[in-house]
This record gives sequence, C-alpha cells and structure tokens, in this order.
Amino acid sequence: MNIIVCVKQVIDPEAPPSSFRIDPATNRAEMRGANPVIDPYGEYAVEAALRLKDAGGAKVTVISLGSNLLREVVKKPLAMGADELILLEDAAYDGGDSYSTALALAAAIKKIGQYDLILCGREASDTNAGQVGAGVAEILSLPCVTLAKRLEAGAGNLVVERVTSAGYDVVEVGLPAVITISNEIGEPRYPTVKGIMAAKKKEPLVWKPTDLGLDASRLGSAGRKVKLLRLYQPVYEGRCEFVEGQTPEEAGANLAIKLREAKVI
Amino acid sequence: MAENQGVLVYLEHREGKLLPIALEGLGAGRRLADTLGQRLSCVAIGSNIAQLASQAIAAGADRVYLMDSPELADYQPDIYLALMGQLVAEARPQVIIMGHTDTGREIAPRLAFRFGTVAVTDCVELNIDNTSGRLLATKPVYGGNALAVFSTDTDPQVVTVRTKAMAPAVPNASRQGEVITPAYKVEPSVVRARIVRRVLAESAGVKLEDAAVVVAGGRGIGGAEGFKQLEDLARLLKGAIGASRPPCDSGWISDTAQVGLTGKIIAPELYIAVAISGSSQHMSGCSGARTIVAINKDREANIFRHARFGVVGDWKKVLPAFTAKVKELLAS
Ligand SMILES: Cc1cc2nc3c(=O)[nH]c(=O)nc-3n(C[C@H](O)[C@H](O)[C@H](O)COP(=O)(O)OP(=O)(O)OC[C@H]3O[C@@H](n4cnc5c(N)ncnc54)[C@H](O)[C@@H]3O)c2cc1C
Ligand SMILES: Nc1ncnc2c1ncn2[C@@H]1O[C@H](COP(=O)(O)O)[C@@H](O)[C@H]1O
Repeated sequence: MNIIVCVKQVIDPEAPPSSFRIDPATNRAEMRGANPVIDPYGEYAVEAALRLKDAGGAKVTVISLGSNLLREVVKKPLAMGADELILLEDAAYDGGDSYSTALALAAAIKKIGQYDLILCGREASDTNAGQVGAGVAEILSLPCVTLAKRLEAGAGNLVVERVTSAGYDVVEVGLPAVITISNEIGEPRYPTVKGIMAAKKKEPLVWKPTDLGLDASRLGSAGRKVKLLRLYQPVYEGRCEFVEGQTPEEAGANLAIKLREAKVI
Repeated sequence: MAENQGVLVYLEHREGKLLPIALEGLGAGRRLADTLGQRLSCVAIGSNIAQLASQAIAAGADRVYLMDSPELADYQPDIYLALMGQLVAEARPQVIIMGHTDTGREIAPRLAFRFGTVAVTDCVELNIDNTSGRLLATKPVYGGNALAVFSTDTDPQVVTVRTKAMAPAVPNASRQGEVITPAYKVEPSVVRARIVRRVLAESAGVKLEDAAVVVAGGRGIGGAEGFKQLEDLARLLKGAIGASRPPCDSGWISDTAQVGLTGKIIAPELYIAVAISGSSQHMSGCSGARTIVAINKDREANIFRHARFGVVGDWKKVLPAFTAKVKELLAS
C-alpha cells in the first residue's frame, strides 16, 4: 500500500497563550521563545499511516508545503518511520489559504502518481480550518472521510471509524481515498534513536512550482480565494478573585462559601 | 461574479424538530438577509420532515426547500453533499450557512471546493460589509489565540458557525413563507464512502451540552480514580462531567467528555476547571460559561486569566474539602 501523508510546519500550539504575539506589520503570528513544530494533527496522521505500515506493510511518503522549513522539524515523520519526504518549498507557496494549499498538494500527489491512501490532519493548529483534506479529495475526485479515529485495511477498501459528537460512525470507503485523522487515533510514537539517525542521512526531495506544472499565480498568497482582512488578539480582563485559607483544605471550603455568597451555587 | 442572491441556511433536525444550531443559523441568516435586502432561504434533507417547514418559517425563513424522501432517512454525506450541490447550482445563493457540527465540518468545505472556492469554518461572528455587500466572517485561529476576519470574492460564500455563537431566531408563528420541493436526483453511485453503522457512546445523566453546571478535569487529575471524585461533585450540583483533551486521550474518561475546539463547545452557568491549564484550544470550548472557577496548583496557569474565582493549590487537598462544604451549604 502507498500512503501519502500531508504534514505542515506550524508555530508551537502547545506554548503558553501568554507567549502568543501578532506582528502587525506582517499580520503574522509567533510563539515567543518556542520553536516551530510539525502540526499535531499531521503527526497523528503520520501515526495512523505507520500503524497501517506495521499491520500490513506500506510505503509512507510525507509532503510538507511551506517556506523556511526547518529540516530538524519537517524530518520528524522520517524519524518516526516514514519512508520519503517531499518538500514543496518555495517563496511562491507562501501565504496560501486552504485553496491554494490544497491545489499544490493535489498537484504533488498527482506527480507522485502511485497512492492508495492520502492522510491529512483533521485541522491544522494554526488555521483551525479543516479544509485542506477535503479540498485535496475534491480536486483529485477522490472519496473523503473526515475525523477518523481508527483505520482498518480490507480488500481494496478501508473501514474507518469517524468521531461524532455522540460516539462514532463506521464508514466503508473504497481506495484510493482521502482520510483526515483525529487525536482519538491514539498518541503518536516517539522517534527511535535509529530512526533519528536514518532521518539525518535522508535528503528530502524539493519540488518547485515548475516541477508541479503550476503557475505561481495559482499558488500561495497569489492563489488565495479567501482574503484575510484583520487578525487580532482577543483581550480578557483577568479579574480572578483568589480564595485563600490557612491550609489547602480551608481554601477549598472557603471557595464553597464564596460561591454561595456570590449566588453561583 | 457576485450575481448570486440571498442567504441559504442548512437545517439540522432530529425527530421532527429543528436543532438549536438550525435556529442559530436562521437567526444569523435573517440578520444578514435583512442587511442585504434579500431573501432568507433554508434547506432540510431527510424523511418525513414536512413539519419542519412551519418551524423554519416561524424562525424567519422566507423560503424552505424540502428534500423529503424515505431514501434520505439516513445521513449519507456523499448523497447530502450531492443534493446540496444540485440545490446551490439551481438556487444560487450568495451566502450558505451550516453549523460547525459533525455534518457541517464534512459537507461545507467539500461543497465550497465544488464551486471553486473555500469555506470559512467555525465562525463566531458574521457581518455584511457596507460598501461591498460581501460577507465578513470572523473565526478563531491559532487555537483561539487570535481572531481573523475573512472575506471572499467568489460566490457562494460558504461558512460554518460555531455552536452557541449566534443569537438564535425567536420564532414568530405569524410569519409567512413559501415551501418548495425542488427537483433533485439521488444518484446512488455518488456514494463512495458509506456510513454502515452509527454507534452512540454517550453516558447517562445530564448531557454535557445542556448542563447548567460542568465539573471538568485536566491532565493534572492523573487518572480515572480522580474523575470519580469530580463525578461526586458533579452529581451534587446536578451537573455533567467534562474534561480537557489529555484525560480523554488517556482513557480516564469518555472521548465525548472533551471540551474545546475539537471537542464540545458549551456555555454552562458554572464551569469548574480542576487541574486544567487553560490552553487556548480548551478555552474555545468553555469561555462562554457565565462563571469559571479554577483549582490549579500553578498561580501562573492561563486558566486564571479566564476564571472569576480561583484557588491555588493541590486539587487532591482542595477538592474534597470544597465538595464537603458544598454539600453542607446545599443541605442548609
Ligand atoms: C488543533 C488542536 C486542537 C485541540 N483541541 C483541544 C480541545 O478541544 N480540548 C482540549 O482540552 N485541548 C485541546 N487541544 C490540546 C491543548 O493544546 C492542550 O494540550 C490541552 O488542553 C492541555 O490539557 P490540560 O490543561 O489538561 O493539561 P496541561 O496543560 O498539562 O495542564 C495540566 C494542569 O494541571 C495542573 N496540575 C497538575 N497537578 C495538579 C494538582 N495536583 N493540583 C492542581 N493542579 C494540578 C498544572 O498546574 C497544569 O496547569 C488541542 C490542541 C490542538 C493543537
Ligand atoms: N502547508 C501544508 N503542508 C502539508 N500539509 C498541509 C499543509 N496545510 C494543511 N495541510 C494538511 O491539511 C490538514 C488540515 O489543514 P487545514 O485545512 O489548514 O486545517 C493539516 O492537518 C495537514 O495534514
């Protein structure tokens, strides 16, 4: 089975909210003091691919699109056990939206040619959009299942458990297909020392827009369908009243009294 | 390109009733349609759903499209998506509103791509730009650390709206509207991903989405045992149990208890967060609570930026005493 996983480099979503900042000049966000990471849901997607590889054998190819991709970051899927890494790295890919990103990823997937399964994260931690997987499916005319928590390969098809707010759906889908992965799939594995060494030696392929046969006007910020008009941080007034006590137990009891006085309970 | 007209709301329903998210969509849609000076339409897909039309009209719809047939009784995304595609090609709305629900999350982006555009998902505010007449959609990004205002030039302008973010329509039974049963074609061949079974995993007791009080635990609870203590408090307050993501991922509590961006969005009267750091992704799910109370051993934890009352300390010591005192106060 040939599996392609789309993984993005993002600012660290797990850094404390107090380190988040928007640069008004560029309308770009940063996490001060925290290095970029691979998108957590992309990492879950890598884990899902590796489980299928463990179960029945597969070649796992990872694609990351962006600019200034740090090799030690984007190589993490290789260190986890993926086989190949393709970088769509060029200034032309920069500043895209779900549309131009899906268009470029779909073109790269077509260029790879052989694929049974394409995995994406359910949503990237920066855009929180949840659209690129669906977009790739539509562009390539493939079936699509979102929010998967379990995948099981059958004969020419895949049984997918899809998370719902009340439980889950069992979905059968023919291959090739696009599946987006949710965290319920289970914790991504840690890279092994051997994996890290192998990843160090492996050079990613880098594909430029011309390699994809796509004009720069359809890529990155030039190819956007949705315009970002404003980006700002919400403000919280932060008026927490700390309830104290001689001991933690007393503080707990005082909290109950306080809530009663405030008619909260 | 902007020749499309009007607002179209996708109606989610269960057992012959519009769900709250449908009323929220109609509420937002009516406001946008009035600003545009255009019509508010809506669409319901299902079986035996004629009674939804009067509910939707009372809730502000000028026109209701009903796709009502026994073969549509069960939700199949590929079929529903195809029907939406047919309707949108025919009715040509400028704006399409769906809920950011299990259904909207999977249908809206694919629908948008079919019309050569993208959706804006999980919107918390919708407005019309005075000069251009285009939809301005505000949504949280970076896990809720920031808000972004987006617009598109291509029709339709597709959005999904966050649960409880829009003021719901107030029904008025004297409103008038028309009901249309549009021509459509169900092609079984479009189904390439088929739902074969739906599994409900929700626990008994007060539903998390509807609870007035929610007692929630985080990674600092440390195990399933700790959640038993939270359940005692929840029961005492006639509330429901919630959690941040790590306890769900660790299996200490059901996945359906997750509160946050990728879990449930709730707005209870009281939210008691125990050993939760208050990540932006978690707060996306509970910042609509009227009062947030936090117990955390770290005074610098982000949760205290959102909480109204807090105790800094080890929950294992603070919580039993808190629960005991609550019990005493409620009894008196
Ligand atoms: C795209 C995306 C979507 C996400 N969606 C969600 C979501 O929907 N919901 C969600 O919750 N998370 C979500 N997350 C994860 C989120 O970023 C955080 O990792 C998560 O919310 C942290 O949970 P926590 O606060 O329980 O754990 P931590 O951040 O580890 O915090 C644990 C807290 O417990 C306190 N503590 C520890 N021991 C004790 C003790 N004995 N007594 C008192 N306090 C103690 C600590 O001081 C700390 O503040 C998402 C992440 C991404 C990237
Ligand atoms: N620049 C990118 N490079 C590779 N994969 C991406 C990129 N952007 C989005 N994806 C994939 O699409 C998923 C959803 O992204 P989004 O639609 O932005 O929420 C991510 O979890 C990734 O799997």
